[in-house]
Amino acid sequence: MLEVEDLHAHYGRAHILQGVSFAIAAGEVLVLIGRNGAGKTTTMKSLIGLVRPTSGAIRFAGADIAGAETYRIARAGLGYVPEERRIFTDLTVMQNLEVGKRPARAGRDPWTPRQLFTLFPNLGEMPTRPGGRMSGGEQQMLAIARTLMGNPSLVLLDEPSEGLAPVIVEQMARAILALKREGVTVLLAEQNLHFAARVADRAAVIETGRIVWTGGIAQLASEAGRYLGV
Amino acid sequence: MNFLLLQALTGLAAASSLFLVSAGLTVIFGVTRVVNFAHGSLYLLGAYIGWSILTRLPTDPGWFVLGILLAGAATALLGLVLETTLLRRIYRAPELLQLLATFGVVLMVQDIALKIWGAQDLALPRPRWLRASVILLGERFPQFDLALIAIGPLVLLLLWLLFTRTRWGTLVRAATQDRDMVAALGVDQRMLFTSVFALGAALAGIGGALALPDGSANLQMDLSIITDAFVVVVVGGLGSLPGAFLASLLIGLLQAFGIVLIPGATSILVFAVMAVVLVLRPHGLLGRAQPVSRAEAPPSVVRAAPASLRWAGVAALALAIAAPLVVGPFALSVLTEMAVAVLFAASLHFMMGPGGMPSFGHAAWFGIGAYTAALAAKSLALPMPAGMLLAPIVAGTVALLFGWFVVRLSGVYLAMLTLAFAQIVWAVAFQSTGLTGGDNGVLGVWPAAWAADPRVFYWLALAVCLGATLALRRVLGSPFGYALRATRDSPLRAAAIGLDDGAIRLAAFAVAGACAGLSGGIAAYSKGSVFPSFIAIGHSVDALLMVLLGGVGTLAGPVIGALAYTGLYDALLLATDLWRFALGAIIVVLVLAFPDGIAGTAQRLWLRGREA
Repeated sequence: MLEVEDLHAHYGRAHILQGVSFAIAAGEVLVLIGRNGAGKTTTMKSLIGLVRPTSGAIRFAGADIAGAETYRIARAGLGYVPEERRIFTDLTVMQNLEVGKRPARAGRDPWTPRQLFTLFPNLGEMPTRPGGRMSGGEQQMLAIARTLMGNPSLVLLDEPSEGLAPVIVEQMARAILALKREGVTVLLAEQNLHFAARVADRAAVIETGRIVWTGGIAQLASEAGRYLGV
Repeated sequence: MNFLLLQALTGLAAASSLFLVSAGLTVIFGVTRVVNFAHGSLYLLGAYIGWSILTRLPTDPGWFVLGILLAGAATALLGLVLETTLLRRIYRAPELLQLLATFGVVLMVQDIALKIWGAQDLALPRPRWLRASVILLGERFPQFDLALIAIGPLVLLLLWLLFTRTRWGTLVRAATQDRDMVAALGVDQRMLFTSVFALGAALAGIGGALALPDGSANLQMDLSIITDAFVVVVVGGLGSLPGAFLASLLIGLLQAFGIVLIPGATSILVFAVMAVVLVLRPHGLLGRAQPVSRAEAPPSVVRAAPASLRWAGVAALALAIAAPLVVGPFALSVLTEMAVAVLFAASLHFMMGPGGMPSFGHAAWFGIGAYTAALAAKSLALPMPAGMLLAPIVAGTVALLFGWFVVRLSGVYLAMLTLAFAQIVWAVAFQSTGLTGGDNGVLGVWPAAWAADPRVFYWLALAVCLGATLALRRVLGSPFGYALRATRDSPLRAAAIGLDDGAIRLAAFAVAGACAGLSGGIAAYSKGSVFPSFIAIGHSVDALLMVLLGGVGTLAGPVIGALAYTGLYDALLLATDLWRFALGAIIVVLVLAFPDGIAGTAQRLWLRGREA
């Protein structure tokens, strides 16, 4: 579904991604795990086109999308939920969803606000609340729901558990598993190993801009300990 | 009582027109973050195109409305062209470069309008229904103005519906807050930006066409409306439509009553209100702090000049000193003008580049210096050196007082407050005919006998201007200069290491004002006369052009920019009567080709050459 090959990216002169390569199969949840500054967010931003990769290939659904314009990548079926959530604070929950709305993918039912409210019951209780007056957890749910309104086939989730209360983290985990059941492929960036182990099938460990280990999530704890320093 | 009512109604009618134009400006700013100077040009084109259409249509009210809408459609189309050819390419460029590019468009449109419609003011023949009036409390009030009063709230309502009740409006509001996120959700921002720009252009065009019945289409209307619209948008809060409406009412009424209360000083009143609003509410009546839409680091000035550049500078200086021995009187006057321009530009660069305070009214300090020197010579009969010494002292002192308001603001708001102050100074110079001679200026300011020879005066100007410029440069390399840059790059961190942010910025502001005043003082003696045009917006823009042309991010930038701009300006003035068009086109091309300015681009190429 998604193949990343020898991806390099710079911020100014800083060489952030130094040859990232990995692949995700359709329907899989892959967690990109690594410390702060390892390149998780930059990888995600390069995939969605918010950072222009300096070299390398990103093949998604049969096309090379490296360096393509962000909105075209999104329309091709890549959804992006940023770490900072980036909710439109002036818009209500429903309006936020409206911005994300795109036509359904061929042969699939589109996500509707009603379904999303089943997935995230909290949102269903506040359809007219402005995004700026929601808690961090509610904003995180809205950010995911908003991206799903675009009916993506692959969702990039950047640290969805960060800074959230354990109850909400558990809700996030359930939501991701629900997405998986719906056949949505997920690329997750995480530092929280427990959360990752709960939802992911496979893991890729990223360190200073390179993938240093890939394998099943069950092996991660035993084998990758030396990379993660845990 | 009746009189007050009529005056209020007149103010409301003016407020409506003002709102149309400002709404377009604020909508465009909200989404694209571009302060569009050319918005006034779209207003001007709306008026001229409206005139061309309306004079060819039957004069019934129905046809009139159609003609106005057609003019709006035409400017929307022009806006579309402008956005796709120019603005789209500079959305990621620094704010002031965008301003510069759109000012280039202003210049081009002025000459285009002059070529097509001629220099004469074009008034609309007024059919009976346009002249009709209604009797209100025993006074006659023009029916058309009543219609205008209704148009403002109507447009506000339509825009409100558009922005809150349509998908397009929701997308625009989302993009106003976070364009990248909107793109990540699959929305083509380019289409969105283009359509928003076309809408804003249509509003400006309709506003221009609606100004015809009560006025005329003329070549000055672009800059006069853009100043008012900037004031409205800044007072209302950038990007806020209700704010723009409120501010339009405020400004419209102020102007209507100001004409009665203090005739001829309405601009002082308007700008004073703006200053008060900005001091009390730094983001305008209904505005909020703007999210930072660019992540790139501000330009930094750290490198010492490479040896080769130093030698080039020394060679240029030697040439400049030797020049009077070979060149004629005209070239000598151009060279003197250049020396003055170098200091003027360097003083603006000082506060704008390392200080991070872009000024839109830098000519105020130049003008205060020039008038100080001129009045010292004419009214106080002081000798020339005393006048030249007083010029920076007075300008610096005024800058110190006024700076207290300025240094609290940043970005566009700061630029607008300085513009407001410059307009006040201009109005004072223009209206205090007893002291300054008003529009006639102060004449006969001649250098002392020992400097009467133009060559001697040139050497004096060169020594003073270059000396002061080098002193500014020296200050930037001092601990104060580093502290100044620290407050620019991160006020919070600067404060955290114990720097007094406000005091540092204020000192920089006063120094910049004093140096601009000094350049003005020299200009007064070199030209022999001082006019209000020294303080006009155009002159402030000249300074900005010099700095931006040279490049904000380098020390040599303002010097190179001042020389290039003065040379270019004088050459174009001689070469063609379409000099505005040529200058505007050159500015636009330069911004597109060299977004870092001349010196910035040279520096980048040079560094790249070194690394390779």
